Amino acid sequence: MTARIGVVTFPGSLDDRDAARAVQLAGGAPIPLWHADAELYGVDAVVLPGGFSYGDYLRAGAIARFSAVMESIVKAAGDGLPVLGICNGFQVLCEAHLLPGALTRNQHLHFRNRDQGLRIENASTAWTNGFQSRQEVVIPVKNGEGCYMADRRTLDGLEAEGRIVARYIRGNPNGSLHDIAAITNAAGNVVGIMPHPEHAVEVLTGPSIDGLGIFTSVLAHLGARV
Amino acid sequence: MTATTHEFDTVEQAGKTPDEEQPYEELGLREDEYRRIRQILGRRPTTSELAMYSIMWSEHCSYKSSKVHLRQFGEKAPKSELMLAGIGENAGVVRVSEDIAVTFKVESHNHPSFVEPYQGAATGVGGIVRDILAMGARPVAVMDPLRFGAADHEDTKRVLPGVVAGVGGYGNCLGLPNIGGEVVFDPCYQGNPLVNALCVGVLPVNRLQNKEAHGPGNIVVLLGAKTGRDGIGGVSVLASATFDSDGPARRPSVQVGDPFIEKLLIESCLELYERDLIVGVQDLGGAGLTCALTETSAAAGTGMDVDLNLVPLREASMDPQEVLASESQERMLLIVDPAKLDEVLHVAERWGVIATAIGQVTDTGRLVITWHGETVVDVPPGSLADDGPIYARPMREPADLILLQADRAETLPRPRTGVELRETLLRLAASPNLCDKSWVTEQYDRYVQGNTILAQPENSGVIRIDEQTGLGIALSVDGNARFARLDPYNGAKLALAEAYRNVAAAGATPLAVTNCLNFGSPEDPQVMWQFAEAVRGLADGCAELGIPVTGGNVSFYNSTGSQAIHPTPVVGVLGVMGNVGSRVPMGFGGDSDLIMLLGETTEELSGSEWAWVTHQHLGGRPPRVNLTRERILASVLTEAGERGHLSSAHDLSDGGLAQALVEATLRYDHGANITLPEDLNPFVALFSESTARALVSVPRGHEKAFVTLCAQHGLPVTVIGSVDGRSRALDVRGQFTISLDELRAAWTGTLPALFGEVSTEAPAYVPPTVDTFFEPVEPPEVPASPGDTDPDA
Repeated sequence: MTARIGVVTFPGSLDDRDAARAVQLAGGAPIPLWHADAELYGVDAVVLPGGFSYGDYLRAGAIARFSAVMESIVKAAGDGLPVLGICNGFQVLCEAHLLPGALTRNQHLHFRNRDQGLRIENASTAWTNGFQSRQEVVIPVKNGEGCYMADRRTLDGLEAEGRIVARYIRGNPNGSLHDIAAITNAAGNVVGIMPHPEHAVEVLTGPSIDGLGIFTSVLAHLGARV
Repeated sequence: MTATTHEFDTVEQAGKTPDEEQPYEELGLREDEYRRIRQILGRRPTTSELAMYSIMWSEHCSYKSSKVHLRQFGEKAPKSELMLAGIGENAGVVRVSEDIAVTFKVESHNHPSFVEPYQGAATGVGGIVRDILAMGARPVAVMDPLRFGAADHEDTKRVLPGVVAGVGGYGNCLGLPNIGGEVVFDPCYQGNPLVNALCVGVLPVNRLQNKEAHGPGNIVVLLGAKTGRDGIGGVSVLASATFDSDGPARRPSVQVGDPFIEKLLIESCLELYERDLIVGVQDLGGAGLTCALTETSAAAGTGMDVDLNLVPLREASMDPQEVLASESQERMLLIVDPAKLDEVLHVAERWGVIATAIGQVTDTGRLVITWHGETVVDVPPGSLADDGPIYARPMREPADLILLQADRAETLPRPRTGVELRETLLRLAASPNLCDKSWVTEQYDRYVQGNTILAQPENSGVIRIDEQTGLGIALSVDGNARFARLDPYNGAKLALAEAYRNVAAAGATPLAVTNCLNFGSPEDPQVMWQFAEAVRGLADGCAELGIPVTGGNVSFYNSTGSQAIHPTPVVGVLGVMGNVGSRVPMGFGGDSDLIMLLGETTEELSGSEWAWVTHQHLGGRPPRVNLTRERILASVLTEAGERGHLSSAHDLSDGGLAQALVEATLRYDHGANITLPEDLNPFVALFSESTARALVSVPRGHEKAFVTLCAQHGLPVTVIGSVDGRSRALDVRGQFTISLDELRAAWTGTLPALFGEVSTEAPAYVPPTVDTFFEPVEPPEVPASPGDTDPDA
C-alpha cells in the first residue's frame, strides 16, 4: 500500500504544496494536515514544511509549536512516527523540543537563497537511509534564520552520537555551528533540515534531484518496517 | 447626540454652512476643480467628501495628465481574442490555453521607498500582489525593476539595502518566487530611486473576477487587516494636520506592511473564488476605501450605503475622512450575496482573517456613508471614479536635446589594442550596472512553489503553470533610461524590444505587454513631451510587434527640485511556451558547441554602457530600432528552441557582445574561443549595442539545420567560435585571453565591496561562543540552558 505522508499547513506555511509534490514524486501519497486539527488521520509520517508559520512572530516556530496538530505530532514522534521538519519546520521541531538547539538569525543578517553543497553525515535515519554516508549533494538553501546554535555540551553530544545528519560544504550560508544543516533525534525518526529537499526533486526546477532521496528514504523506512 | 458628534462635518452641516472656507488647495485641488465638485453636489462638499475628491482626482488615481496619451495603447493595440481583461481593470488578463489565463502588471512605489526604503518596497510588492489577486488569480511570481543613484553615493548605501530587504522580506514571506528584474544605477535617481514591482498570477478562465458591485441588496464586506492611520495622504497631499492644525501631528504617509496577513488574505480569497461565494472583489491600495467603494459601485452603475463605524479600526479616535483615506495594507473589498454571507465569514474565520459587513449595494446611484448615524458622504460614485479632470498639458521638446543628440559617443577615444580591449571588458564587467547582482538576488526566494524553470540572471523568468502539460510563461522587464533621455520615442521602443527579445531568447512566444512609466513632473512641459513621446513610441512598437498593452502604471513627479530623472519607461513582456522543457538557458553548457552571433552589428555606441563607464558620456542617438528584425529574431529563437537546436541563447543589450560573452561563460563556468567577424572593427564588434541581436550556442549536429532556419527567415548568422569546457578562459583570437577566475573576480566583486561582504566561506570552525552567553563562567560544570534541553539526551 502507498505510504501516507502528512504535510502540515500552518497559517503562513509556504512550501506545503512543494512538499506534497515531492512526496508524490517519490511515490508516496501526500495527506494535507491542518494546524488547528489535532487528528493525524493515520498518516505513516509527517512533514512540517517551510514558510513563516504565524508570521514567525515572537520567534520562528515559537507559536506553531503550540498548535493542536503539533501536540499530536510530538506524541506520535515519541512512538516512532517519522517526522521531517524543513526550514521553518526545523525551527518548529526545536521549539517543540523534539530536537535540541535553536535556529537564529543568519550571521550576515540577510535572507540567503543559493544552491548549497551538503555532505550527508548520517545515512541511517528514517529520512536519509537512501543516501551513502558522506555522500555530497546539492540542495537549495533559503532562510533568514538558519544559523544553528546550541551549547557546547549539546554539540558534543550530537557529534558523539552521530546525530548530525548533514553539514554544509563549500561555504556555510548562515554561520551554523559545526556547519550543521540537519540533525536528528536519538531514535533517528525525527529529522530537522534547514535546506529545502522539496526544491531539488525535478530536473526542470531544481539544481539537482538530490532532494528526492529524503522522501524515498522515508518510504523505504516505512516499507521495511511493515 | 452628544457634543462630540459635531466634531465631524456632515451633509446636513454642509447644507447649512454653504460658504464655509475649505482647504481644497492644501489638498491639491485647483479652484476650478473645487468649483466642479460644488456643481456636482449642488452644495459644498463635506470634509470627508472633499478628502475623497482630492484623492480620487489626484494624478495618481485619475491619470489626469496622462489619460489623453494613454488612450493610444487601446487605439493602436492589435485586436486580440486572448485578452480577457485590459486597461482599466486591476490588471490585464491574457488567455494562454483553453482553460488557463494569466494576469500580470507592474507598478511603482518610488516615493515611499525613498522615504522609508524597507516598508516602501515591501508594500509596493504587497500592492501589486493584491491587484493580481483581485482578478481571481493565484499570484505565482514577482519581479522587481529597481533603480538607484550612483552606486558609490552615500544615500544609495541607505536606500538599496533597505529596498532589497523590503522586496525580499515581503515577497519571501508571501511564498512568491522572485524570478527577475533589474538593478540599475545612475546619478539621475539620486533622491528619486525607482522601485517598480511586477506580479504575475494564474487563474482558470472561468474564475475571472470583476470589481463590479452588482445586485442591490448585496452585502459589502471588508476583508483583511484593521484600518489605521498609516498611509494617509499616500496618493495626495492629504494629511490630517491640514484639517486641523492643532490636531494630532502628521502621521508618516508610508504604509506599513504585514506579509503574514497578506498570505492569509490570498488563501482566503482563493477559497472564496473557488467556491463561487462572491459577486465582486476589489483590492484596497492607493486611496484605500475611498477608491474601492467608488470604483466598485461606479463600475456597476449602482449605489451603496456604508456605515463607516463598522470598519474595524486600529485607533478608535480616527475621523471619518481618515478612515476613508487610510492606505492600511492587506485589505480587500468583497461584494457578497446575503445568502452566502455566513459562508464567506466562515472561510475568513478559518484563515484567521477579519471580515466585516460594512454596508450594502443599492440602486440609488449614490454612495452614502454614515458616521455615528449621520450622513457624512452622499455622492454619485462615478463623479469620483470616472469623471475626474483630464488635462492636455503643454509640451515642449527639452531645450538641450538637440545639443545632446549632436554630442555623439562614436567620436570618443576608444581602446585599440588587445590589451586595451581586455581592460575595457574587465572594467565594464565590474561596473555597477553590468556586474553580478547575486548580492541582491540571493535575498529573494526563487524556488518557492516549485515551478520556477528559469530565474535571474537568466534572460527571462520562466514559470511552469500547468504541471500536467508543462505549459509555461516567460517574463522579462527592461528599460534603458539613457536611451530614453536621448530619444524618448525610440527609447520606449528599445525597452519593448529588449523585453520582447529576452522572452524569445528563453524560448517563449511573446504575447502581451505591461509598463511602468516613471517620469518627472507633468507640469514641466519638457517632461510632458518626454512622456508623450515615450507613450507614442511604446504604442507604435506594440502595434508593430502585434502584441497589446494590457495595463500599466504611470509615476510622475520623480524629480528633486527642478531636476527630473531620465524618462524611464519600464516595459514588461509576457510570453508563453507550450512546454517548459524546451526553455533555453543563457549560459554556455555544452563542450565544443558552436557559438553564433545572430543579427547585424553596426557602430552604435551613443548611450552605451561603454560610453558611460569609460567616459561618463551621455549623448548622441540611441541604437536604431528595427522591430521587423526583432520579430524575425524572436521567431527563429522560439522555433530553434522548440526543435532543440540551441544549448543556450543570450540577448545582446547593455555592454554588447562583450558582456554577453562574460555572462554566458561564467554562468556554468565554461570557456569559449571566439573569433570576431573579420568585417568588423574588434572594438565595435565587442561593445556596440546594436539591437535585434543574440548570442547562441548550437550543439554539434544541429548547426546545419539551425543555419538553414536562419536563412529561411532572412536572419544574418555568423559563427564566431566554440564553447571550451576545459580551458576555463575566454579567448578572443588575436586580441586577448582572460581566465574565468579573473573574469569572475571582476564581475562578482563590485556589489559586495559597495554594500558589505557577505562571506560565502564557512567561518573556519568557529568555537561555539554561545556557551559564554548561556552559561556563567564559574563554576565550570553547569547544565545546559533550558532552551537547549534535549529530551533524547
